Amino acid sequence: MPKMGEDLHQYLRQQMMPTVWCPGCGHGNIARAIATALEHLGTDLGQVAILGGIGCSGRTPFYFNTNAMHTTHGRVLAFATGLKLANPRLTVITAMGDGDALAIGAGHFIHAARRNIDLTVILYNNSIYGMTGGQQAPTTPFNFRSTTSPFGNIEPTFDTVDLALAAGATYVARTTTFDFAEMPEYILGAIRHPGFAVVEILSQCPTYFGRLNKLGDPPDMLEYERNHTIVADEESVISRDELLGNLPVGVFRQEIRPEYTHQYADLCQARGGAYRA
Amino acid sequence: MRLVQGNEAVVLGALAGGCNFYAGYPITPATEIMEQMARVLPARGGVFIQMEDELAALGAVIGAAWGGMRAMTATSGPGFSLMQEHIGYAAMTQTPCVIVDSQRVGPSTGQPTMPAQGDVMQARWGSHGDRPAIVVTASSVKDAYQMTQLSFEWADTYRLPVIVLLDAVLSHMRENVELPPAPPPFSRTLSPDVDVEKPFGNHPFVPFAETTRTIVTGLAHDETGATRGTVGHASEKIIRDAFNRLNHDYAAITQYREYRLEDAAWAVVSYGITARAARAAVDILRGEGMRVGLLELISLWPFPEPTVQSLARQVQGILMPELNLGQLILPLRAAVEGICPVAGLGRADGELFTPEEIANAMTSHSTHAERRVSHHA
Ligand SMILES: Cc1ncc(C[n+]2csc(CCOP(=O)(O)OP(=O)(O)O)c2C)c(N)n1
Ligand code: SF4
Repeated sequence: MPKMGEDLHQYLRQQMMPTVWCPGCGHGNIARAIATALEHLGTDLGQVAILGGIGCSGRTPFYFNTNAMHTTHGRVLAFATGLKLANPRLTVITAMGDGDALAIGAGHFIHAARRNIDLTVILYNNSIYGMTGGQQAPTTPFNFRSTTSPFGNIEPTFDTVDLALAAGATYVARTTTFDFAEMPEYILGAIRHPGFAVVEILSQCPTYFGRLNKLGDPPDMLEYERNHTIVADEESVISRDELLGNLPVGVFRQEIRPEYTHQYADLCQARGGAYRA
Repeated sequence: MRLVQGNEAVVLGALAGGCNFYAGYPITPATEIMEQMARVLPARGGVFIQMEDELAALGAVIGAAWGGMRAMTATSGPGFSLMQEHIGYAAMTQTPCVIVDSQRVGPSTGQPTMPAQGDVMQARWGSHGDRPAIVVTASSVKDAYQMTQLSFEWADTYRLPVIVLLDAVLSHMRENVELPPAPPPFSRTLSPDVDVEKPFGNHPFVPFAETTRTIVTGLAHDETGATRGTVGHASEKIIRDAFNRLNHDYAAITQYREYRLEDAAWAVVSYGITARAARAAVDILRGEGMRVGLLELISLWPFPEPTVQSLARQVQGILMPELNLGQLILPLRAAVEGICPVAGLGRADGELFTPEEIANAMTSHSTHAERRVSHHA
């Protein structure tokens, strides 16, 4: 990743500032990483659309100077699929929460991955429902507390990376808000990748997840992210012991497979239709 | 002239209306619409996609509309229920799109292959909050073609989801019709003088373009799309203005058909597939010497209040047969309250009305109503 730009303001929609995010929230770190990735991408912002679901994370599209859609809870990938098919030359980026993507929107997530349609998913995983005030998410770790698991969560979690890989996503990466260099790098990799790309970013929600689980201030939570993740991508060799209690981070897949809008363009061409991907 | 199925007429009407994007999920009795779209759209360079459920289908349609396409989906009761959240989103974001609901008996799975008219209220009120709505129906294959075509035009003009209600019988029925060949594929041209700063409110629909920086949101917003500050008022105004546009164009939007009403002393008011039996019932009763006619409603919402009111002033009583247990009779009664008595005839067992049933109900309504009138005298 080249050196980060100094002036990211041109990528932001100034009239929407300040953001709704709490001080110290990781979602702001992710937004900065998106701006950095856009700077390196260099594409005219008129050629980019950012779409979000509903949640703190879903507010992302408001803050960028692109065409934008703030859609419905869980279903942003359905809107993004329609938009991308209507205008395949558009760079379409989606921002989702873990509840958004893996609970109410899990069906859309796996099917968009299966189609390998050229969309980028940035999955803000703060292990909890932020916007609605700290309820349990499918990513809330075992025994951790939320307002709807006040005595500790008894459910197993979804692993975004496993799910995305199994469903057919062709770029899959995970990082954390602690990893400020990797975040924009992976996001840029995902945007440039010609297929369905997922970047999961572990993000801190000091207001609910941190407070309910006594994880301390935002810096402590970043520290916690660092101490509970381990680089374990395609290239690294890690023992089972090292993995225990840690979440692997890195790029887990980067693979070219037939992409949906191109497949569709071929189908049209075979029928004599003029659709261009 | 050729034999065309109701669902096929929807496809042809959609193409005539410029439809170039279809997203759907299979469901009886609407499936043929989707199957035929899958066959015809690729050759026209349009987009067809089968989504994972109906929420996804309508979500994709809305996304495609902002991508510049004329988009539609089709479904039936269970899928229509799922779509309600996105119908509200399309209304809130003023997104043009068309939704066809071929009605079957409900609630729930009900009778998948049997006709009903039980979605006429859901089509108007199914999504939470207030929204202006255009809902149309059809009683023939030809109508299905024309109303679908018109729906695309209205969706664009009024910037809202237009709903076309068919039913299991009309969807699957074949009639001889003469239809023009499908026009060349639609492509949207952007007028250069649009105000890209004001994508909402009383402004034309402008999809995403290089020059726009539109933010589309289901949150309350003003005409710039901003959600901060005192947007509650601005947002209500956008919705009120949208209602006003429909009121202003009431005469153009309201579609109905009159049959033997000139000298009628009694009237049947009906819509959709039921209007066919109602027409035959009118002929039976006329044969018996009763001065009765039919008002067939083709657009259901906005509810044609002035139209039914002037009819109510002409006649001594109205009968409304419908394939539900009394739905559209509610706004009808409210509209003609104190002008003339209204009786309903309903069924939700999956059978159509026979003309005789409607004729008998009309006869008994007229004797009751006459008796009531003489009591008062
Ligand atoms: C259909 C529907 N159900 C529920 C909600 C309420 N709701 C809003 S955001 C949210 C969860 C937010 O959590 P997440 O997706 O993890 O995002 P975060 O706020 O943590 O970024 C819920 C349940 C809604 N808006 N729509
Ligand atoms: S509630 Fe949590 S996720 Fe939402 S803005 Fe605040 S800190 Fe961030």
